[in-house]
Amino acid sequence: MARVILATDCGSTTTKCILIERVEGVYRQTHRGEAPTTVEAPFADVTVGVINAVTEVQELAGRRLVDDRGRLIRPATDREGCDLYISTSSAGGGLQMMVAGVVREMTAESAKRAALGAGAIVMDVIASNDRRRPHEQIQRIRELRPDIILLSGGVDGGTTTHVVQIAELIAPARPRPRFGSEYTLPIIFAGNKEAVPLVRKVITEGFALTVVDNLRPVLERENLGPARDAIHDLFLEHVMAHAPGYDTLMTWTDAPIIPTPGAVGNILQTIGSRQGINVVGVDIGGATTDVFSVFDGTFNRTVSANLGMSYSIANVCAEAGIPNILRWVPFEMDLRELGNRVKNKMIRPTTIPQTLEALVFEQAVAREALRLAYMQHKEFATTLKGVQQQRTVGDTFSQQGAGRTIVDNMTLDLLVASGGVLSHAPRMQQTAMMLIDAFEPEGVTALAKDSIFMMPHLGVLAEVHPQASLEVFERDCLIYLGTCVAPKGIAKVGRPCFRYVITSGGETWSGQVQCGEIALLPLGEGERGLVTIEPDRTFDCGEGPGRRVEREVRGGTVGLILDGRGRPLMLPGDRVAGRRQMEAWVCAVDLYPGLDQLVGHR
Amino acid sequence: MSAGYTPGLAVSARARHRVQRRLPIAGDVLVEAGQQVQARQVVAHTFMPGDITPLNLAKLLALPPADVPECMLKRAGDQIGVGDALARTKGIFGWFPRAYTSQVTGVIESISEVTGQVIIRGAPLPVEILAYLAGRVVDVIPGEGCVIEADVSYIQGIFGIGGEAFGPIRMACRSHDQELTADLITPGMKGAVVVGGARVTEEAIERAVAIGVAALVTGGIDDQDLEQFLGYALGVAITGSERVGITLVFTEGFGEIAMAERTFALFSSREGADAAVNGATQIRAGVMRPEIVIPLVGADTAAGPPPDPHEGHLATGSLVRVIRDPYFGLIGTVTAMPSELQVLASGSLARVLEVTFGAGQGVMIPRANVERIAG
Repeated sequence: MARVILATDCGSTTTKCILIERVEGVYRQTHRGEAPTTVEAPFADVTVGVINAVTEVQELAGRRLVDDRGRLIRPATDREGCDLYISTSSAGGGLQMMVAGVVREMTAESAKRAALGAGAIVMDVIASNDRRRPHEQIQRIRELRPDIILLSGGVDGGTTTHVVQIAELIAPARPRPRFGSEYTLPIIFAGNKEAVPLVRKVITEGFALTVVDNLRPVLERENLGPARDAIHDLFLEHVMAHAPGYDTLMTWTDAPIIPTPGAVGNILQTIGSRQGINVVGVDIGGATTDVFSVFDGTFNRTVSANLGMSYSIANVCAEAGIPNILRWVPFEMDLRELGNRVKNKMIRPTTIPQTLEALVFEQAVAREALRLAYMQHKEFATTLKGVQQQRTVGDTFSQQGAGRTIVDNMTLDLLVASGGVLSHAPRMQQTAMMLIDAFEPEGVTALAKDSIFMMPHLGVLAEVHPQASLEVFERDCLIYLGTCVAPKGIAKVGRPCFRYVITSGGETWSGQVQCGEIALLPLGEGERGLVTIEPDRTFDCGEGPGRRVEREVRGGTVGLILDGRGRPLMLPGDRVAGRRQMEAWVCAVDLYPGLDQLVGHR
Repeated sequence: MSAGYTPGLAVSARARHRVQRRLPIAGDVLVEAGQQVQARQVVAHTFMPGDITPLNLAKLLALPPADVPECMLKRAGDQIGVGDALARTKGIFGWFPRAYTSQVTGVIESISEVTGQVIIRGAPLPVEILAYLAGRVVDVIPGEGCVIEADVSYIQGIFGIGGEAFGPIRMACRSHDQELTADLITPGMKGAVVVGGARVTEEAIERAVAIGVAALVTGGIDDQDLEQFLGYALGVAITGSERVGITLVFTEGFGEIAMAERTFALFSSREGADAAVNGATQIRAGVMRPEIVIPLVGADTAAGPPPDPHEGHLATGSLVRVIRDPYFGLIGTVTAMPSELQVLASGSLARVLEVTFGAGQGVMIPRANVERIAG
């Protein structure tokens, strides 16, 4: 049995290492260290950064993990070494892919889902009906520099012509891979099995073709597993093998190295299925925002490529619009100065907010980045399109059809946050409110944050040691912020929204929340309570409008947030009224202590 | 007391500088090791595969795809020109044949009996790489390019627009904190690398474009002016491919910010010298900042002082510039470097340092919010 487990995540800038040990019969994350990633010159060897990060853990843990020759000590004894070593990687910009399919909404979308689920960044989706003319598609393919191409198209026994047509665009375009002219570009074909010999004839020189089972064998079903596995294999064989030092790193690990976001997806899927809950996870970075969801066992991941808090902050402002960002700022700001500040953050991405005013603005931008990323996720995470449905007369007035989003905030059980602006917010209330304002959870939803961005490590660990992965996830990975109770519906501000009774540890609180109001009740870490909600007849808390709901809720570092602001969240359009409203919410949850002075000065 | 590290932008009166010039795909290198080259000299060239024109003849001639190959009047590998007959159907008993004449010039690359698609490859596209840096070729990368070295004055900007440009240095402002306005751009600056002081106005850029200024280097720009000039809001800081008639380099950032005195003095000392400028900026993995490279000539090439081994390292007494509000743009001296984390006004815990501006009192600033500048 593995007693000591070492895990690293080699990011673009930092390599993070955690040590997991068996303590009193359960697996616990005991120490953490980090060091700069060393993929680029002058080191050009990822293992240097890995050893540096492990050495930091070694010093903190007082346990020798690296020998005198700079190698990991294996297996573990009482005082030194580890039994298992695993790693993920997103160094060098992660895995970049281009996907193609016949119909954009069907096979091409399934291909995109497979690539994103495997942890890739999808650079573009080429499809017969993507509204670009063939020469424009070819031009686009020529401009891209993907690591891998995933080609799909046609259900088994369906079209071969259109599939071959797409292959005929890719082959002569000869996209140049990122790793130079010596690199043979891998193409995975996961389409109509009858098209395989024809595709083999077209995709020849300069490509390494891998054929796997059709990812959409019939319109009614996706089969993404074989394509995802092939992506992971090729990631190791081709992409990683060309990255400096990875050939050595691969010989050290006890499980294949997988892309970081793929590992995060793994752990969320594991949690979703083991606990039978619906989960949404978000990781907001400087350049991109990843959203992961598991609803009724179906996993989806999206990457919003240009929604981030530093490199992409100007893009968030451009896409969301400054008025939408200022909705979350309870004081006046000079627009011209704001524009310059945003651009200065973009060109000097490592700076941090020093003043409360700068922090409030940055968290306002984060709300909009998260909101936009979640909107994109909801649009992508849908039921399969192109599926024929039998309808009865009773369905005539139903708007639900194929391609509807499977993301349902009312059935969401757990919302998990990670990424700098969420993880490093000075107050836990700020993290909780950024999540609530951006994602607008409905009904009863637990909120948590990944303490030290451990999910990638645990995702890859889940593949070789699920027990250790789950035990650490429950005990050390998540910091529970509390639970949000938010009925769905809209009514005039000041009208009754819901009544509540909460029982916890022998104490009972009860009261009423008015529309437009938010309240915070103490329910600490590790505490649980029984909550009874009686919504007004226009509000729904999960059982239908006006119906009583009883749930066990989880406490946390923030507590129980009773949100009577309604869903969808409507903020006053008028800037002055909006500022006043925001000020009231800030006070209600003690979001920014000291803000009154700032507001008073303006 | 403790030490810290903060990367600043390079500003050097004398430095040995190397550039690697590589073709995007394999080709011919036209220079040899040891050879002197000029900035605008072509050092390597190649041909990219030509543009592709796909023609779906099955659709164009209303044929089953499988019939396309036998209707073709040309074979794969044949050269075709505009107006050449490409394919002809048999018609009905030889009557009413339909033909397709080519609209493009190129070589037939493939004919598909599955899709009826014919791929025509256009003439190869020439790609040339210029030396960019006037200097000596120190290494040749066979089939790809070369490495050029020269002693130069080297200035990195924080942000730029547009690609490579060349021209003599011309000073437009009298001091580092003078705004660069349209009246300071004169017809004599055509083809020059014009250096301003503080913020440049949108009107000044427009006038520089109209006159034909090669590049404009100044301290800062207002975000709204840049948006107006470009015609769109910049989303991410990946630039260099803009075609706006000029290359722009900003040495300090956005807003009303003056060029660092030392940078301005360096430009002034090199007025009249030929410079190469590149506005390309990429602020993600593999950071790339815009640059101005001014080769040293004659007696100037004497080796300068060795690079400061402590460059970038912060210590008490270091001169720093604050790069974030509330003190954005101010230059001061580090007077203390407490090692303990401190609570900022924002509520965050961070490593800080104490900076004193002029004769004033010291203020605490996060270490992440300063950059070291040479004294």
